[in-house]
Amino acid sequence: MRIMPSRRTFSTQAAYAPDGAARAGSVAGQVAAEVTDLAKTYGAGSAKAFEALRDINLTIRANEFFTLLGPSGCGKTTLLRILGGFEQLTEGSCKIFGQDVSRLPPEARPVNTVFQQYALFPHMTVRRNIAFGLEMLGRPKADVARTVDEMLDLVHMRDYADRKPDHLSGGQRQRVALARALAPRPKLLLLDEPLSALDLKLRQKMRLELKALQRETGITFVFVTHDQEEALAMSDRVAVLNKGRIQQVGTPEDIYEQPQSRFVADFIGESNLIEGRVTATDNSGAAVDLAGLGRVLLTCPEVLVVGQQVTLSVRPERVALSAEGGDGKLGPVTVFDRTYLGNAVEYHLRAAGDRALTVRAPRGGLRGLLDFTPGAEVYVTFEANAPKVLTA
Amino acid sequence: MSNARLKDLRAFTGFGSVAAGCVIFLYAPILFLTVYSFNDGRSVSQWSGASLRWYAKVLHNSDIQAAAVNSLIIATVAATVATVLALGAALAMTNNRFRGEEAAYATITLPLMVPEIVTAVASLVFFVSVGFSLGFTTILLAHIVFCIPFAYLPIRARLEGMDATLRSAAADLYASRRQAFTKITLPLLVPGLVSGWLLAFIISLDDFIISSMVAGPGSTTLPMHIYGMLRLGITPEVNAISSLMLIGSTLLVIVAGVLNRGGKTT
Amino acid sequence: MTDRALPLSSRWSERAVTAGLLWPSLAVITVFMVIPVAIMAVYSFLEPATYGGVVWKFSTAGYEQILFERDFLDDSLVFSADYLLILWRSVAQAAIATLLCLIISVPTAYYIATRSDRAKTIWIYLITIPYWVNLLIRTIALLFILRDDGPINDVLMAAGLVSAPLSLSYNSFAIGLGLVYSFLPFMVLPLYSAFERFDFKLLEAAYDLYASRRIAFFRIVLPVMRPGLVAGGLLVFIPAIGSFLAPDILGGGKTLMIGNLIGTQFQGARNWPFGAALSMILMTLTLIVLIWMARRAARTKFNG
Repeated sequence: MRIMPSRRTFSTQAAYAPDGAARAGSVAGQVAAEVTDLAKTYGAGSAKAFEALRDINLTIRANEFFTLLGPSGCGKTTLLRILGGFEQLTEGSCKIFGQDVSRLPPEARPVNTVFQQYALFPHMTVRRNIAFGLEMLGRPKADVARTVDEMLDLVHMRDYADRKPDHLSGGQRQRVALARALAPRPKLLLLDEPLSALDLKLRQKMRLELKALQRETGITFVFVTHDQEEALAMSDRVAVLNKGRIQQVGTPEDIYEQPQSRFVADFIGESNLIEGRVTATDNSGAAVDLAGLGRVLLTCPEVLVVGQQVTLSVRPERVALSAEGGDGKLGPVTVFDRTYLGNAVEYHLRAAGDRALTVRAPRGGLRGLLDFTPGAEVYVTFEANAPKVLTA
Repeated sequence: MSNARLKDLRAFTGFGSVAAGCVIFLYAPILFLTVYSFNDGRSVSQWSGASLRWYAKVLHNSDIQAAAVNSLIIATVAATVATVLALGAALAMTNNRFRGEEAAYATITLPLMVPEIVTAVASLVFFVSVGFSLGFTTILLAHIVFCIPFAYLPIRARLEGMDATLRSAAADLYASRRQAFTKITLPLLVPGLVSGWLLAFIISLDDFIISSMVAGPGSTTLPMHIYGMLRLGITPEVNAISSLMLIGSTLLVIVAGVLNRGGKTT
Repeated sequence: MTDRALPLSSRWSERAVTAGLLWPSLAVITVFMVIPVAIMAVYSFLEPATYGGVVWKFSTAGYEQILFERDFLDDSLVFSADYLLILWRSVAQAAIATLLCLIISVPTAYYIATRSDRAKTIWIYLITIPYWVNLLIRTIALLFILRDDGPINDVLMAAGLVSAPLSLSYNSFAIGLGLVYSFLPFMVLPLYSAFERFDFKLLEAAYDLYASRRIAFFRIVLPVMRPGLVAGGLLVFIPAIGSFLAPDILGGGKTLMIGNLIGTQFQGARNWPFGAALSMILMTLTLIVLIWMARRAARTKFNG
């Protein structure tokens, strides 16, 4: 039979402590998971070989809420499944708290998973579902019962302990799945799009609960989602993936405010991507000519050279409109559509050379904004530091 | 019935009557046979009052008793062995790609493809050729073979319908493969096993052609006995014993169906 | 998904487990089904022994016998249509039964598929139960009502429609009816599952584009249902052509089909090679039909 040296070593940790006092061996600042030069190829060697992941290097810190974000098919779920042991990596290595787990089956990893459709055992009650992992680890009966009770309280499911999953709502199943995965007190909790099966209202509520739960338990969460709003709202750090590669890793603010590539600028929130040419530089910034709109001065850390083609990314809410031109204003441009969004108004503008711009202005005239109707000629101002230069 | 909802765009005139006619056609002969089995008279055509006398007569007939016992033993053993074999095959062949998979599937379902009469004579020729003496054992062996696909199909359907992530979840929660099988897969498979067993059991009880070909002296099954009774034409005894078998297999079918449906909802 | 995160050694043991689970059933079916059929194939090319069994000498007499009769006097082969007629009757009876099943099943299955979920369940139960109930008993039940002094004739005579009982049993009509009766659920059930998947919006679209009900049914519903019709047709045709009980009991042993002819070769007449040859022909017929169906199914899957 297999030898699983690690299987019970981590299970001797202190029992679950909701106050976070006994943060089972995972001290902040420690590395929770380290992925090095990881690649995954399906059907390697055959004509239909498909490279799902390539050049993945990631360091996930202890106690962190870490999110893998990307469109469907980007490889985020594959990466999560490799961490969980459900798929085997093709190249590279994968360490969890310093231990190389690349070759370990799921049952030998100190990691638990919340599955997308929860995968609750339909023939077991809520209580038995939560107890399952602890029983498999051979914990004493009394310990199991105590931990299960703690878990039931933690996810507010005490009243439903003796129901079977069929008789629970989506949100309740979600909570049971969480409790079941948290009960063995894993070093790493993997969450595979756990909110996608819920409706909008519940999803927003569960976001808060999940975040609170992560703080309360001090367990490192690795969360997979395709929903950028979810990722920004919950995470300490986010890794954006596309086509099997990591595009950018950073805090939600970094990712949103400082996109490093067209993909990230476009995928996270909305962006106006404007092509331009550098006409002058000095040591703090550059002047960029945006054909048909005019010239914009920007401060940027990147080294630019005169004549270089660049793409500027500007968030729609960081653009102001005015009726009259003036110094530093771009345009004129024509309003060709106005969409009322409730909390804001979105203007679709068209400049010379078929350049399109989207501007989102908050309602209520906080900035004394005027309202424009389609056909109007307007001038555009970018907020300071709003345009980001994309070189990739 | 069909015209009651004129607004239903999907309805076509007359289809309801055909459906009703279809069910009447399927049930009328069975119902007539059953009703006349309670007829007191010796004639099977003239109704002369209700009575259970033919049932009493059938139940006290030692030949029928012996045939019924044979049938029940064969069906129980054949269904059990077939279910065990089919369980293994289904486990090996579900969610598992391997070379020769299609050939294995074709072999398992072969007994459904070969015409029954061919199976019957081929089994006879085989047993005679290898010098197996015909009797109880040969019937049993032949029954096990044709029961396998009937047990296999519901078990396989149940396995395929099972969420594969449940096994991943078990492994994630530190269950070994053996534990994942005994704690998760097997309990969830029970309805499939029971309905597979019941179907195999019904099919074994039902069989006449194959049994009669490979039977030897003293190994008469119930359908064989009834077929023998037919040589005297349809008698009240035939009616009574047939009705008993009808009721028995109908009950089994309903039990199998209920179990299968109950299983699907989880 | 099949990639398991397991060390190489346990992949090997996994393979061993798969083999261990699989081989017992395969072995049983191979020994008691594949080998017997292979023996039959060999026997069909041997000479018959006098009291059953075979003489190990190559001969195509088993197959020739289907077309020719050996003359008693000069041992020459004379064309004889007797067995060919039985073969033809088997095909014809099975084809007619299939057609009748189709005519009854299309409206029935369609009707069931358009009921509410609760009603559907009950209807499907009603159709499924006879499918599993003992075929011998069901055939006897049909004979019971078809007899000269059976309930149908009683009703007809009492109503004054006929003066003497109609002979409904012991003829080709009874056999045909018996085949329909035996295999009708085989047709209704696959058609039902095909109709259940039918997108009824297509029908609304047809009505919206001015189709009459009749045209909508024949030009929209039926063509879409073709794979289901083919599957159901074969599920009836294949067992019907090799049927034993219906011709034996309802035909009164007079009007034979190929199934009975085969049976007789191993019981009464005792000509094993001839019986084996007939079995091979029946199996080939069945196999051709099955392969044709599998190919069709593969093709429709590919196109759809």
